[in-house]
Amino acid sequence: MTAMIDMVFQLIIFFMVLINFSQDDQNDKIKLPASELAKPPDAPLTFPIVLHLDPNATIYMGANIVTVESIAPLLKAEIQLLESRKQTAKDANIVIRGDLSTPGGVVQDLIKKCQELGFEKFALRVREEQT
Amino acid sequence: MKFESKRGTEKAELQLTSMIDVIFLLLIFFVMTFKIAAQEGDFSVKMPIEGTGGNPDTTNIPIKLRLRANADGELTDIIVNDSQSFGNSWLDLRGFILKLTGGNAPPTPEEGPEVEIDLDYNLRYENVIRAITAVTGQRKGDEIQRLVERIKFAPPRKP
Repeated sequence: MTAMIDMVFQLIIFFMVLINFSQDDQNDKIKLPASELAKPPDAPLTFPIVLHLDPNATIYMGANIVTVESIAPLLKAEIQLLESRKQTAKDANIVIRGDLSTPGGVVQDLIKKCQELGFEKFALRVREEQT
Repeated sequence: MKFESKRGTEKAELQLTSMIDVIFLLLIFFVMTFKIAAQEGDFSVKMPIEGTGGNPDTTNIPIKLRLRANADGELTDIIVNDSQSFGNSWLDLRGFILKLTGGNAPPTPEEGPEVEIDLDYNLRYENVIRAITAVTGQRKGDEIQRLVERIKFAPPRKP
C-alpha cells in the first residue's frame, strides 16, 4: 500500500508542476507557423498584449472577438491602462499569434492598425521547429 | 495514584480509503487537464509607423523582398530588389543574405541592413515567417547566427 501511495503522489506532483492554468497565451484554434530560429524570450515581454489571429481574420483578444476594423477601441482601452501606469503605447509589446494559413496581408493590416495607434514593438509568435 | 484512561491506550487507525479516493480524484483531474504544448518563441520586430522614428538604414545594402503567391496563397516566387528571382527556395535566399552581410551579425538590433517585405495579400502567413527566418539568421547546431535584425513590411497590397 505504501509503495502505491508513493507512486500516486509522485504522479500528482508531476502533473501539478506541468499543468498550465494560463489560457491567455494559448488558443486551440490557432496553429502557429514553425521556425527553426524560434526560442523562448530570455526575459518576459513588458506589457504584452496577445492577439490571436485565426485563418478567417478573426482576432481573439482576451474574451473579446473582433476584426482588424473593430479592434481599435480595445487597443485604446489598453493605451489608457498604460497611461494610468505612466507608460505609452511604445512601451507595450503586441504579441501576434497568427495561424499559419492566415493571409499575410491580414497580419500586415493588423500591424498597420496597431502602428496607427502608436504601438511599435511587435512579437510574431512561432512554434519551435524540430530539426 | 496513577490513572490510566481506556481511550489513551486505543490504537488510532488511519482511514486510508477516503484519502485514496481524494488522491485518485486529483490524479484524474490533472491527467485530464494535462496538455503537452510545443515550445514557442518570438520574432521581436520594432516597427514604428513610417516617418515617425526608427533608425534609417545606413548600410547601403537595401534589401527589398517581394513574395508572390498564387490564388491558393502558396508561394510562387521570391524576388529580391526587383531583379533577382529565387523561385521558392528559402535556402537560396538565405545564401544571398549570407553573401550580402558577409555572415556578420549587426552590432546592435537597431543597426545593420533593413529588409522590407512586400507580399501578395493572400500569401499564407507561414511563408511570411519562413521569409523572416531565412533573412534573420540560421541555426548552427545549438547556436543561432544572426544576419539581419531589422524587418519592416511594405504597405499591404489590397486585392
